[in-house]
Amino acid sequence: MLNINVSKKLASFVFEFKHEINCQGVTAILGVSGSGKSTLINLINGLIKPDIGYINLNQETLVNTEKHVCIAPEKRQIGTVFQDALLFPHYRVIKNLTYGAKSLNSERFDEIVTVLNIGSLLNRYPAMLSGGEKQRVAIGRALLTNPQLLLMDEPLSALDMPRKKELLSYIDKLVSDLNIPIIYVTHNINEVKRIAQHVAVLEQGKLIDYGSTEQILQSNYLKEWL
Amino acid sequence: MILTEFEWQTLLLSLKIAGAAIIFSLPVGILTAWILARCQFIGKSLFDSIVHLPLVLPPVVLGYLLLLTMGRHGFIGEWLDKCFHLSFSFNWQGAALASAVVAFPLMVRSIRLAIESIDCRLENVARTLGAKPFRVFMTITLPLAFPGILMGIVLGFARCLGEFGATITFVSNIQGETRTLPLAMYTLLQIPDGESAALRLCIVSIILSLVALFLSEMLNRWHKKKLTGSK
Repeated sequence: MLNINVSKKLASFVFEFKHEINCQGVTAILGVSGSGKSTLINLINGLIKPDIGYINLNQETLVNTEKHVCIAPEKRQIGTVFQDALLFPHYRVIKNLTYGAKSLNSERFDEIVTVLNIGSLLNRYPAMLSGGEKQRVAIGRALLTNPQLLLMDEPLSALDMPRKKELLSYIDKLVSDLNIPIIYVTHNINEVKRIAQHVAVLEQGKLIDYGSTEQILQSNYLKEWL
Repeated sequence: MILTEFEWQTLLLSLKIAGAAIIFSLPVGILTAWILARCQFIGKSLFDSIVHLPLVLPPVVLGYLLLLTMGRHGFIGEWLDKCFHLSFSFNWQGAALASAVVAFPLMVRSIRLAIESIDCRLENVARTLGAKPFRVFMTITLPLAFPGILMGIVLGFARCLGEFGATITFVSNIQGETRTLPLAMYTLLQIPDGESAALRLCIVSIILSLVALFLSEMLNRWHKKKLTGSK
Protein backbone atom coordinates (compact mmCIF):
# COMPACT_ATOMS: atom_id res chain seq x y z
CA MET A 1 0.00 0.00 0.00
CA LEU A 2 1.33 3.44 -0.94
CA ASN A 3 0.06 6.12 1.39
CA ILE A 4 0.65 9.65 0.11
CA ASN A 5 -0.18 12.98 1.73
CA VAL A 6 2.07 15.67 0.32
CA SER A 7 2.14 19.29 -0.73
CA LYS A 8 4.73 20.92 -2.96
CA LYS A 9 4.80 24.46 -4.29
CA LEU A 10 5.59 24.48 -8.02
CA ALA A 11 6.09 27.39 -10.42
CA SER A 12 2.46 27.56 -11.63
CA PHE A 13 0.45 25.84 -8.87
CA VAL A 14 0.63 24.05 -5.54
CA PHE A 15 0.77 20.29 -6.00
CA GLU A 16 -1.37 18.47 -3.41
CA PHE A 17 -1.98 14.74 -3.33
CA LYS A 18 -3.65 12.86 -0.50
CA HIS A 19 -4.67 9.25 -1.07
CA GLU A 20 -3.81 5.61 -0.56
CA ILE A 21 -2.79 3.77 -3.70
CA ASN A 22 -3.33 0.04 -3.81
CA CYS A 23 0.00 -1.46 -4.92
CA GLN A 24 -1.35 -4.39 -6.88
CA GLY A 25 -1.25 -4.71 -10.64
CA VAL A 26 -1.13 -1.45 -12.59
CA THR A 27 -2.37 1.87 -11.22
CA ALA A 28 -2.53 4.60 -13.85
CA ILE A 29 -1.99 8.27 -13.06
CA LEU A 30 -4.01 10.08 -15.69
CA GLY A 31 -3.92 13.77 -16.51
CA VAL A 32 -3.19 16.32 -19.19
CA SER A 33 0.33 17.72 -19.68
CA GLY A 34 1.34 19.92 -16.77
CA SER A 35 -1.14 18.41 -14.32
CA GLY A 36 1.63 17.24 -11.97
CA LYS A 37 1.95 13.56 -13.00
CA SER A 38 5.74 13.57 -13.23
CA THR A 39 5.95 15.58 -9.98
CA LEU A 40 4.08 12.76 -8.24
CA ILE A 41 6.50 10.17 -9.67
CA ASN A 42 9.54 12.21 -8.57
CA LEU A 43 8.08 12.70 -5.09
CA ILE A 44 7.65 8.93 -4.74
CA ASN A 45 11.13 8.03 -6.02
CA GLY A 46 12.76 10.76 -3.95
CA LEU A 47 14.14 13.03 -6.67
CA ILE A 48 11.91 15.82 -5.31
CA LYS A 49 11.24 16.51 -1.64
CA PRO A 50 7.76 17.64 -0.57
CA ASP A 51 7.37 20.93 1.31
CA ILE A 52 5.00 19.29 3.77
CA GLY A 53 3.68 15.76 4.19
CA TYR A 54 4.62 12.12 4.16
CA ILE A 55 4.82 9.09 1.89
CA ASN A 56 4.71 5.55 3.28
CA LEU A 57 5.25 2.44 1.19
CA ASN A 58 4.15 -0.85 2.78
CA GLN A 59 4.44 0.62 6.31
CA GLU A 60 7.92 2.01 5.60
CA THR A 61 8.29 5.80 5.82
CA LEU A 62 9.96 7.16 2.68
CA VAL A 63 9.56 10.80 3.65
CA ASN A 64 7.97 12.60 6.57
CA THR A 65 8.64 16.32 6.89
CA GLU A 66 7.27 16.49 10.42
CA LYS A 67 9.65 13.79 11.65
CA HIS A 68 12.50 15.10 9.42
CA VAL A 69 12.76 11.74 7.68
CA CYS A 70 13.72 11.63 4.01
CA ILE A 71 15.16 8.44 2.58
CA ALA A 72 17.57 9.13 -0.32
CA PRO A 73 16.44 7.95 -3.80
CA GLU A 74 19.18 5.29 -3.89
CA LYS A 75 17.81 3.65 -0.75
CA ARG A 76 14.11 3.56 -1.62
CA GLN A 77 14.10 0.40 -3.75
CA ILE A 78 11.72 2.00 -6.21
CA GLY A 79 12.45 1.49 -9.90
CA THR A 80 11.68 4.31 -12.32
CA VAL A 81 11.35 4.15 -16.09
CA PHE A 82 11.43 7.61 -17.65
CA GLN A 83 9.85 8.93 -20.83
CA ASP A 84 13.11 8.99 -22.84
CA ALA A 85 14.53 5.68 -21.51
CA LEU A 86 17.66 7.60 -20.45
CA LEU A 87 20.12 4.75 -20.92
CA PHE A 88 23.73 5.54 -20.06
CA PRO A 89 25.23 6.20 -23.51
CA HIS A 90 28.78 5.19 -22.58
CA TYR A 91 27.85 1.70 -21.37
CA ARG A 92 26.77 -1.33 -23.37
CA VAL A 93 23.26 -2.70 -22.75
CA ILE A 94 24.55 -5.39 -20.39
CA LYS A 95 26.32 -2.78 -18.22
CA ASN A 96 23.20 -0.60 -18.26
CA LEU A 97 21.12 -3.57 -17.11
CA THR A 98 23.44 -4.53 -14.27
CA TYR A 99 24.25 -0.97 -13.14
CA GLY A 100 21.83 -1.04 -10.21
CA ALA A 101 21.97 -4.76 -9.42
CA LYS A 102 23.68 -5.15 -6.04
CA SER A 103 24.28 -8.88 -6.28
CA LEU A 104 23.48 -10.25 -9.68
CA ASN A 105 21.20 -13.25 -9.58
CA SER A 106 21.72 -14.95 -12.93
CA GLU A 107 18.33 -16.69 -12.82
CA ARG A 108 16.57 -13.37 -12.26
CA PHE A 109 18.71 -11.76 -14.97
CA ASP A 110 17.82 -14.49 -17.48
CA GLU A 111 14.13 -14.28 -16.53
CA ILE A 112 13.97 -10.50 -17.11
CA VAL A 113 16.03 -10.67 -20.30
CA THR A 114 13.67 -13.39 -21.61
CA VAL A 115 10.45 -11.60 -20.63
CA LEU A 116 11.64 -8.37 -22.28
CA ASN A 117 13.27 -10.17 -25.22
CA ILE A 118 16.53 -8.22 -25.04
CA GLY A 119 19.00 -11.11 -25.12
CA SER A 120 20.27 -10.18 -28.59
CA LEU A 121 20.95 -6.56 -27.56
CA LEU A 122 23.30 -7.15 -24.63
CA ASN A 123 26.54 -6.18 -26.37
CA ARG A 124 25.23 -3.10 -28.16
CA TYR A 125 25.58 0.53 -27.15
CA PRO A 126 22.32 2.50 -26.60
CA ALA A 127 22.94 4.55 -29.76
CA MET A 128 22.52 1.34 -31.77
CA LEU A 129 19.00 0.61 -30.41
CA SER A 130 15.53 1.63 -31.60
CA GLY A 131 13.18 3.60 -29.31
CA GLY A 132 11.23 0.48 -28.30
CA GLU A 133 14.39 -1.51 -27.60
CA LYS A 134 15.73 1.33 -25.45
CA GLN A 135 12.56 1.37 -23.37
CA ARG A 136 12.67 -2.40 -22.89
CA VAL A 137 16.27 -2.14 -21.69
CA ALA A 138 15.29 0.73 -19.37
CA ILE A 139 12.50 -1.42 -17.90
CA GLY A 140 14.93 -4.34 -17.46
CA ARG A 141 17.47 -2.05 -15.80
CA ALA A 142 14.90 -0.82 -13.28
CA LEU A 143 13.62 -4.37 -12.60
CA LEU A 144 17.11 -5.76 -11.92
CA THR A 145 17.36 -3.56 -8.81
CA ASN A 146 14.57 -5.76 -7.34
CA PRO A 147 12.23 -2.83 -6.69
CA GLN A 148 9.18 -3.16 -4.47
CA LEU A 149 7.39 -0.80 -6.85
CA LEU A 150 7.96 0.20 -10.48
CA LEU A 151 7.15 3.74 -11.60
CA MET A 152 6.69 4.35 -15.33
CA ASP A 153 6.59 7.98 -16.46
CA GLU A 154 4.91 8.06 -19.90
CA PRO A 155 7.16 5.27 -21.22
CA LEU A 156 5.36 5.07 -24.57
CA SER A 157 5.00 8.72 -25.46
CA ALA A 158 8.15 8.85 -27.61
CA LEU A 159 7.27 5.69 -29.59
CA ASP A 160 5.32 5.11 -32.79
CA MET A 161 2.09 3.04 -32.78
CA PRO A 162 3.54 -0.44 -33.58
CA ARG A 163 6.25 0.04 -30.91
CA LYS A 164 3.60 1.19 -28.42
CA LYS A 165 1.56 -1.97 -28.96
CA GLU A 166 4.67 -4.11 -28.69
CA LEU A 167 5.79 -2.49 -25.43
CA LEU A 168 2.31 -2.68 -23.89
CA SER A 169 2.38 -6.46 -24.35
CA TYR A 170 5.73 -6.55 -22.50
CA ILE A 171 4.23 -4.50 -19.65
CA ASP A 172 1.37 -7.03 -19.46
CA LYS A 173 3.98 -9.75 -19.08
CA LEU A 174 5.70 -7.87 -16.24
CA VAL A 175 2.51 -7.93 -14.23
CA SER A 176 1.54 -11.52 -15.08
CA ASP A 177 4.99 -13.20 -15.02
CA LEU A 178 6.99 -11.09 -12.56
CA ASN A 179 4.11 -9.90 -10.36
CA ILE A 180 5.51 -6.40 -9.88
CA PRO A 181 3.21 -3.52 -8.86
CA ILE A 182 3.36 -0.63 -11.33
CA ILE A 183 2.36 3.02 -11.18
CA TYR A 184 1.92 4.07 -14.77
CA VAL A 185 1.77 7.75 -15.72
CA THR A 186 0.03 8.66 -18.95
CA HIS A 187 -2.27 11.15 -20.65
CA ASN A 188 -3.57 8.48 -23.01
CA ILE A 189 -6.92 6.94 -22.07
CA ASN A 190 -6.47 3.98 -24.44
CA GLU A 191 -3.31 2.94 -22.57
CA VAL A 192 -5.25 3.17 -19.30
CA LYS A 193 -8.05 0.97 -20.68
CA ARG A 194 -5.51 -1.54 -21.94
CA ILE A 195 -3.36 -2.12 -18.83
CA ALA A 196 -4.61 -0.42 -15.64
CA GLN A 197 -6.80 -1.84 -12.88
CA HIS A 198 -6.99 1.42 -10.92
CA VAL A 199 -6.81 5.05 -12.02
CA ALA A 200 -5.98 8.31 -10.24
CA VAL A 201 -6.93 11.45 -12.18
CA LEU A 202 -4.88 14.62 -11.68
CA GLU A 203 -5.74 18.17 -12.69
CA GLN A 204 -3.69 21.30 -11.87
CA GLY A 205 -1.74 19.41 -9.22
CA LYS A 206 -4.83 18.07 -7.42
CA LEU A 207 -6.25 14.55 -7.24
CA ILE A 208 -9.77 14.86 -8.61
CA ASP A 209 -10.78 11.19 -8.79
CA TYR A 210 -9.58 7.72 -7.82
CA GLY A 211 -11.16 4.34 -8.45
CA SER A 212 -11.25 1.21 -10.58
CA THR A 213 -10.65 1.69 -14.29
CA GLU A 214 -14.27 0.81 -15.23
CA GLN A 215 -15.63 3.25 -12.66
CA ILE A 216 -13.36 6.12 -13.74
CA LEU A 217 -13.99 5.57 -17.45
CA GLN A 218 -17.71 6.02 -16.84
CA SER A 219 -17.24 9.50 -15.39
CA ASN A 220 -18.62 12.43 -17.34
CA TYR A 221 -15.43 14.52 -17.49
CA LEU A 222 -13.57 11.61 -19.13
CA LYS A 223 -16.33 11.20 -21.68
CA GLU A 224 -15.67 14.84 -22.58
CA TRP A 225 -11.93 14.06 -22.97
CA LEU A 226 -12.77 11.10 -25.22
CA MET B 1 66.15 18.43 -36.35
CA ILE B 2 68.49 17.03 -33.68
CA LEU B 3 68.31 18.83 -30.37
CA THR B 4 71.34 19.99 -28.41
CA GLU B 5 71.81 18.98 -24.79
CA PHE B 6 70.61 22.42 -23.65
CA GLU B 7 67.47 22.14 -25.78
CA TRP B 8 66.72 18.62 -24.49
CA GLN B 9 67.18 19.78 -20.92
CA THR B 10 64.88 22.76 -21.44
CA LEU B 11 62.26 20.66 -23.23
CA LEU B 12 62.24 17.92 -20.57
CA LEU B 13 62.11 20.50 -17.77
CA SER B 14 59.16 22.24 -19.45
CA LEU B 15 57.33 18.92 -19.84
CA LYS B 16 58.07 17.99 -16.22
CA ILE B 17 56.79 21.33 -14.91
CA ALA B 18 53.68 21.38 -17.11
CA GLY B 19 52.94 17.70 -16.39
CA ALA B 20 53.28 18.12 -12.61
CA ALA B 21 51.14 21.29 -12.71
CA ILE B 22 48.34 19.48 -14.54
CA ILE B 23 48.50 16.23 -12.55
CA PHE B 24 48.25 18.04 -9.19
CA SER B 25 45.70 20.65 -10.21
CA LEU B 26 43.38 18.34 -12.20
CA PRO B 27 41.54 16.71 -9.24
CA VAL B 28 40.97 20.15 -7.67
CA GLY B 29 39.95 21.52 -11.09
CA ILE B 30 37.37 18.74 -11.61
CA LEU B 31 35.95 19.24 -8.12
CA THR B 32 35.76 23.03 -8.61
CA ALA B 33 34.11 22.61 -12.03
CA TRP B 34 31.55 20.19 -10.58
CA ILE B 35 30.73 22.58 -7.71
CA LEU B 36 30.28 25.46 -10.16
CA ALA B 37 28.18 23.37 -12.55
CA ARG B 38 25.95 21.48 -10.14
CA CYS B 39 25.75 23.26 -6.76
CA GLN B 40 23.78 26.31 -5.72
CA PHE B 41 25.02 28.20 -2.66
CA ILE B 42 25.34 31.71 -1.26
CA GLY B 43 28.51 33.38 -2.54
CA LYS B 44 28.74 31.24 -5.69
CA SER B 45 29.36 34.31 -7.88
CA LEU B 46 32.22 35.40 -5.63
CA PHE B 47 33.71 31.87 -5.68
CA ASP B 48 33.35 31.82 -9.48
CA SER B 49 35.13 35.18 -9.76
CA ILE B 50 38.01 34.08 -7.51
CA VAL B 51 38.47 30.88 -9.58
CA HIS B 52 38.63 32.93 -12.79
CA LEU B 53 40.80 35.73 -11.36
CA PRO B 54 44.12 34.35 -12.74
CA LEU B 55 42.61 34.63 -16.22
CA VAL B 56 42.38 38.42 -16.02
CA LEU B 57 45.20 39.33 -13.62
CA PRO B 58 48.60 40.11 -15.15
CA PRO B 59 50.85 37.04 -14.66
CA VAL B 60 53.46 39.21 -12.95
CA VAL B 61 50.89 40.12 -10.29
CA LEU B 62 50.17 36.42 -9.77
CA GLY B 63 53.89 35.72 -9.47
CA TYR B 64 54.26 38.47 -6.90
CA LEU B 65 51.25 37.22 -4.91
CA LEU B 66 52.76 33.71 -4.96
CA LEU B 67 56.04 35.17 -3.73
CA LEU B 68 54.20 36.88 -0.85
CA THR B 69 52.22 33.80 0.16
CA MET B 70 54.19 30.73 -0.94
CA GLY B 71 57.76 32.10 -0.87
CA ARG B 72 60.22 31.05 1.86
CA HIS B 73 59.06 33.97 4.04
CA GLY B 74 55.44 33.92 2.87
CA PHE B 75 52.82 32.97 5.47
CA ILE B 76 51.92 29.67 3.80
CA GLY B 77 55.36 28.94 2.36
CA GLU B 78 57.08 29.34 5.74
CA TRP B 79 54.56 27.01 7.39
CA LEU B 80 54.91 24.38 4.64
CA ASP B 81 58.70 24.55 4.92
CA LYS B 82 58.62 24.21 8.72
CA CYS B 83 56.02 21.42 8.92
CA PHE B 84 56.60 19.38 5.75
CA HIS B 85 60.03 20.59 4.51
CA LEU B 86 58.23 21.57 1.33
CA SER B 87 59.64 24.60 -0.39
CA PHE B 88 58.48 26.33 -3.57
CA SER B 89 61.24 28.93 -3.69
CA PHE B 90 63.44 29.05 -6.76
CA ASN B 91 62.90 25.41 -7.73
CA TRP B 92 60.94 23.49 -10.38
CA GLN B 93 58.13 22.75 -7.89
CA GLY B 94 57.59 26.51 -7.58
CA ALA B 95 57.50 26.83 -11.38
CA ALA B 96 54.89 24.04 -11.48
CA LEU B 97 52.83 25.86 -8.83
CA ALA B 98 52.97 29.12 -10.79
CA SER B 99 51.95 27.31 -14.00
CA ALA B 100 49.13 25.47 -12.21
CA VAL B 101 47.69 28.72 -10.82
CA VAL B 102 47.77 30.42 -14.23
CA ALA B 103 46.30 27.40 -16.09
CA PHE B 104 43.66 26.57 -13.44
CA PRO B 105 40.76 28.77 -14.70
CA LEU B 106 41.19 27.58 -18.30
CA MET B 107 40.99 23.98 -17.15
CA VAL B 108 38.00 24.60 -14.87
CA ARG B 109 36.09 26.48 -17.56
CA SER B 110 36.39 23.68 -20.07
CA ILE B 111 35.46 20.93 -17.56
CA ARG B 112 32.57 22.98 -16.19
CA LEU B 113 31.05 23.41 -19.65
CA ALA B 114 31.33 19.66 -20.21
CA ILE B 115 29.60 18.85 -16.91
CA GLU B 116 26.86 21.41 -17.58
CA SER B 117 26.16 19.78 -20.95
CA ILE B 118 25.46 16.37 -19.35
CA ASP B 119 21.74 15.63 -19.00
CA CYS B 120 21.07 15.83 -15.22
CA ARG B 121 18.36 13.22 -15.67
CA LEU B 122 21.04 10.57 -16.33
CA GLU B 123 22.48 11.31 -12.90
CA ASN B 124 18.96 11.14 -11.41
CA VAL B 125 18.34 7.76 -13.08
CA ALA B 126 21.57 6.44 -11.58
CA ARG B 127 20.37 7.50 -8.13
CA THR B 128 17.03 5.74 -8.57
CA LEU B 129 19.07 2.63 -9.51
CA GLY B 130 20.73 2.70 -6.09
CA ALA B 131 23.95 4.61 -6.82
CA LYS B 132 25.19 6.97 -4.09
CA PRO B 133 26.24 10.47 -5.21
CA PHE B 134 29.97 9.58 -5.32
CA ARG B 135 29.30 6.53 -7.52
CA VAL B 136 27.07 8.66 -9.77
CA PHE B 137 29.94 11.13 -10.14
CA MET B 138 32.55 8.46 -10.87
CA THR B 139 30.47 6.30 -13.23
CA ILE B 140 28.21 8.81 -15.01
CA THR B 141 29.40 12.41 -14.67
CA LEU B 142 33.13 11.83 -15.04
CA PRO B 143 33.06 9.50 -18.10
CA LEU B 144 30.51 11.68 -19.90
CA ALA B 145 32.55 14.82 -19.19
CA PHE B 146 35.66 13.11 -20.59
CA PRO B 147 35.97 15.25 -23.78
CA GLY B 148 35.76 18.45 -21.71
CA ILE B 149 38.27 17.14 -19.19
CA LEU B 150 40.60 16.24 -22.04
CA MET B 151 40.19 19.68 -23.57
CA GLY B 152 40.85 21.23 -20.15
CA ILE B 153 44.05 19.18 -19.81
CA VAL B 154 45.26 20.19 -23.27
CA LEU B 155 44.44 23.88 -22.79
CA GLY B 156 45.97 23.87 -19.32
CA PHE B 157 49.06 22.00 -20.52
CA ALA B 158 49.54 24.45 -23.39
CA ARG B 159 49.12 27.38 -21.01
CA CYS B 160 51.69 25.84 -18.63
CA LEU B 161 54.19 25.40 -21.50
CA GLY B 162 53.76 29.06 -22.42
CA GLU B 163 53.86 30.40 -18.86
CA PHE B 164 56.39 33.22 -18.43
CA GLY B 165 55.45 36.18 -16.22
CA ALA B 166 54.36 34.42 -13.03
CA THR B 167 57.24 31.92 -13.24
CA ILE B 168 60.03 34.49 -13.69
CA THR B 169 58.59 36.65 -10.88
CA PHE B 170 58.07 33.79 -8.42
CA VAL B 171 60.98 31.40 -9.04
CA SER B 172 63.30 33.45 -11.26
CA ASN B 173 65.14 32.12 -14.34
CA ILE B 174 67.54 29.42 -13.20
CA GLN B 175 69.16 27.14 -15.79
CA GLY B 176 68.19 23.49 -15.22
CA GLU B 177 65.75 24.36 -12.43
CA THR B 178 63.15 26.90 -13.57
CA ARG B 179 64.24 27.85 -17.10
CA THR B 180 61.38 26.54 -19.21
CA LEU B 181 61.03 26.96 -23.00
CA PRO B 182 59.71 30.59 -22.95
CA LEU B 183 62.26 31.61 -20.33
CA ALA B 184 65.06 29.99 -22.32
CA MET B 185 63.91 31.79 -25.48
CA TYR B 186 63.80 35.08 -23.57
CA THR B 187 67.34 34.47 -22.24
CA LEU B 188 68.65 33.64 -25.73
CA LEU B 189 67.09 36.78 -27.17
CA GLN B 190 68.97 38.86 -24.59
CA ILE B 191 72.40 37.71 -25.82
CA PRO B 192 74.06 38.61 -29.14
CA ASP B 193 73.63 35.96 -31.89
CA GLY B 194 71.06 34.08 -29.81
CA GLU B 195 68.26 34.50 -32.33
CA SER B 196 68.84 31.28 -34.29
CA ALA B 197 68.90 29.21 -31.07
CA ALA B 198 65.69 30.96 -29.97
CA LEU B 199 64.10 30.10 -33.31
CA ARG B 200 64.96 26.41 -32.81
CA LEU B 201 63.20 26.49 -29.41
CA CYS B 202 60.27 28.26 -31.06
CA ILE B 203 59.94 25.35 -33.53
CA VAL B 204 60.16 22.84 -30.65
CA SER B 205 57.31 24.70 -28.89
CA ILE B 206 55.13 24.62 -32.01
CA ILE B 207 55.73 20.88 -32.58
CA LEU B 208 54.97 20.15 -28.91
CA SER B 209 51.68 22.05 -29.04
CA LEU B 210 50.66 20.36 -32.30
CA VAL B 211 51.37 16.89 -30.87
CA ALA B 212 49.28 17.70 -27.76
CA LEU B 213 46.35 18.93 -29.88
CA PHE B 214 46.59 15.91 -32.23
CA LEU B 215 46.58 13.43 -29.32
CA SER B 216 43.60 15.15 -27.71
CA GLU B 217 41.68 15.07 -31.00
CA MET B 218 42.41 11.33 -31.41
CA LEU B 219 41.21 10.56 -27.88
CA ASN B 220 38.13 12.72 -28.41
CA ARG B 221 37.23 10.84 -31.60
CA TRP B 222 37.68 7.50 -29.86
CA HIS B 223 35.31 8.63 -27.08
CA LYS B 224 32.75 9.96 -29.55
CA LYS B 225 32.80 6.66 -31.47
CA LYS B 226 32.17 4.83 -28.23
CA LEU B 227 29.14 7.00 -27.44
CA THR B 228 27.60 6.69 -30.90
CA GLY B 229 28.39 2.99 -31.10
CA SER B 230 30.04 3.28 -34.51
CA LYS B 231 33.10 1.20 -35.37
